[in-house]
Amino acid sequence: MSALLQVQDLEVTYPGPGGGFRAVQGVSFEVEKGTTLALVGESGCGKSTVAKTLVKLLEPTGGRVLLDGTDIVGLKGAELQRYRSRIQMVFQDPYGSLDPRLTAGALVAEAIALRSPGLSKAERLAEAEGFLDRVGLPAGSVTKKAPEFSGGQRQRIGIARALAVRPEIVVLDEATSALDVSVQAEILELLADIQEETGTTYVMISHNLGVVRSVADSVVVMRRGRVEESGGAKAVLGAPQSEYTQLLRSAALDPAAMSGIKPREVVRRFGAVPVAAK
Amino acid sequence: MSVIDLNDYSVELMTAAGVLKAVDSVALTLEAGKTVTIIGESGSGKSTTAMSLLGLLDHGLAVSSGKASLLGVDAVKDRRGVDALRGRRVGLIPQDPMTALSPVHTVGAQLRQAVRRGRPGTSKADAARVAVELLGSVRIPEPETQVKKYPHQFSGGMLQRVLIAIALAAEPEILVADEPTSALDVTVQASVLDLLLELQERTGVAILLITHDLGVARLMSDTIHVMRRGRFVESGPADRLVNDPQEEYTRKLLAAVPSMTDAPAVAGAKGPTASGRRRADAGHAESDTDSAAPAAANEGEAR
Repeated sequence: MSALLQVQDLEVTYPGPGGGFRAVQGVSFEVEKGTTLALVGESGCGKSTVAKTLVKLLEPTGGRVLLDGTDIVGLKGAELQRYRSRIQMVFQDPYGSLDPRLTAGALVAEAIALRSPGLSKAERLAEAEGFLDRVGLPAGSVTKKAPEFSGGQRQRIGIARALAVRPEIVVLDEATSALDVSVQAEILELLADIQEETGTTYVMISHNLGVVRSVADSVVVMRRGRVEESGGAKAVLGAPQSEYTQLLRSAALDPAAMSGIKPREVVRRFGAVPVAAK
Repeated sequence: MSVIDLNDYSVELMTAAGVLKAVDSVALTLEAGKTVTIIGESGSGKSTTAMSLLGLLDHGLAVSSGKASLLGVDAVKDRRGVDALRGRRVGLIPQDPMTALSPVHTVGAQLRQAVRRGRPGTSKADAARVAVELLGSVRIPEPETQVKKYPHQFSGGMLQRVLIAIALAAEPEILVADEPTSALDVTVQASVLDLLLELQERTGVAILLITHDLGVARLMSDTIHVMRRGRFVESGPADRLVNDPQEEYTRKLLAAVPSMTDAPAVAGAKGPTASGRRRADAGHAESDTDSAAPAAANEGEAR
């Protein structure tokens, strides 16, 4: 059986002078159902651009994105709506991604209405309450508005909203990078539990190799719009082949691995890394 | 010789909801040439400690008490004395390099201003020369051309170097660095940290570092203070604190850092960390509300 999601030779060129800016080129990878794939890389490497093409916030200028073997590039109308209910996204910024005037219940009920238009308002709210409870929010959250929640709680609402559509794939765009480490650990735990229960497939965008190492099955390392290295998470992060992945790995400051090492030895090699002006 | 000495130091903030004790009787000593780090999560009071010490909080809304000596100046009573130190004997590296500089003045103009404030009596020509030297010392290539540029023409890592150069303009004895690399990519972070270590080796500047990142704290610090809800819950040498934490909260914080190595996570579990394996309803409520309430009054930081 072929993989649930296949990305083949993806290319995205943003319009601009001199033929535009090629943000992504020749990117290919596959994600098996029920697993987690992580796209990693630094600012500007094209990882979020790839994510946007998966959820159809952006049309690629070349290549194919296959869900169950069907190309989703260029989908329109009812077919596009159907696709959108199969793939959902949790955004990076828990403050900017929730409408501050809506209650948590309304935010999730909105997503339920998209999936099951026939339900009454009361039925939708009741179901929303179930999802809010599932992501670990306290009872009574359904009537509270977004500003009343902390960052971690808001991210739980974002996850509830994505899950409410009952998607097969959830794209997590730096979903925990704005959170404190202890809250991040809880959200990652929640996501792992949900995957175990429902078999949801995750595509995770992250710059944090520690996070990736702890949750991803497979990894795609991107640099300057291209795939630098890809494969199983343990193999790629445990024994990276490309020089760039090795560099990324040694820049991830792991407190547990620093015993008896002189500080400057850890970072000295980065002193020479050229930092060009924009 | 200690350049910062805090004892029984507290800061109370006047908020809409009443008085909030953001810093609650902390003690800290920073020696010349050393790095002391305050680590904590959002709303723990780590930035409030540093900013109140530097006299950067609104005097009417933040009230400090206890003993605080900054290069011999009493930071609780002598506010004018502290104002005179800032930008001269004490430099500040702010968190967000993208918003810390004026967008309508060149990088060079802002550097020259810092030089002339920090070294009174410097001529315009000398200030211009020193500005170029400073940019070179933070490893910015072709500093002569870069001084003519505006902040928007630089990347985040370059801007953070410019800010370090500005903080160094007065050849300070203390650098206060508030999350100096939190907004940067990991490889850029590593090169900025290397720069700070090199500058410290060369000039003997003492660093008070504020961070939420245990990896950064472990790398940079001689001493680490773990802060939570305004108090230091554990203090000690960096190595000891990370390898042999005594307090439950420090252990929890360390366990929450997703590691690159196959260490203690629950055997067979795919979950992130051992600590994450707690039931969601028991775990999240506490830390979520913990970071919500004081953060609003305190740091309001969303990383």
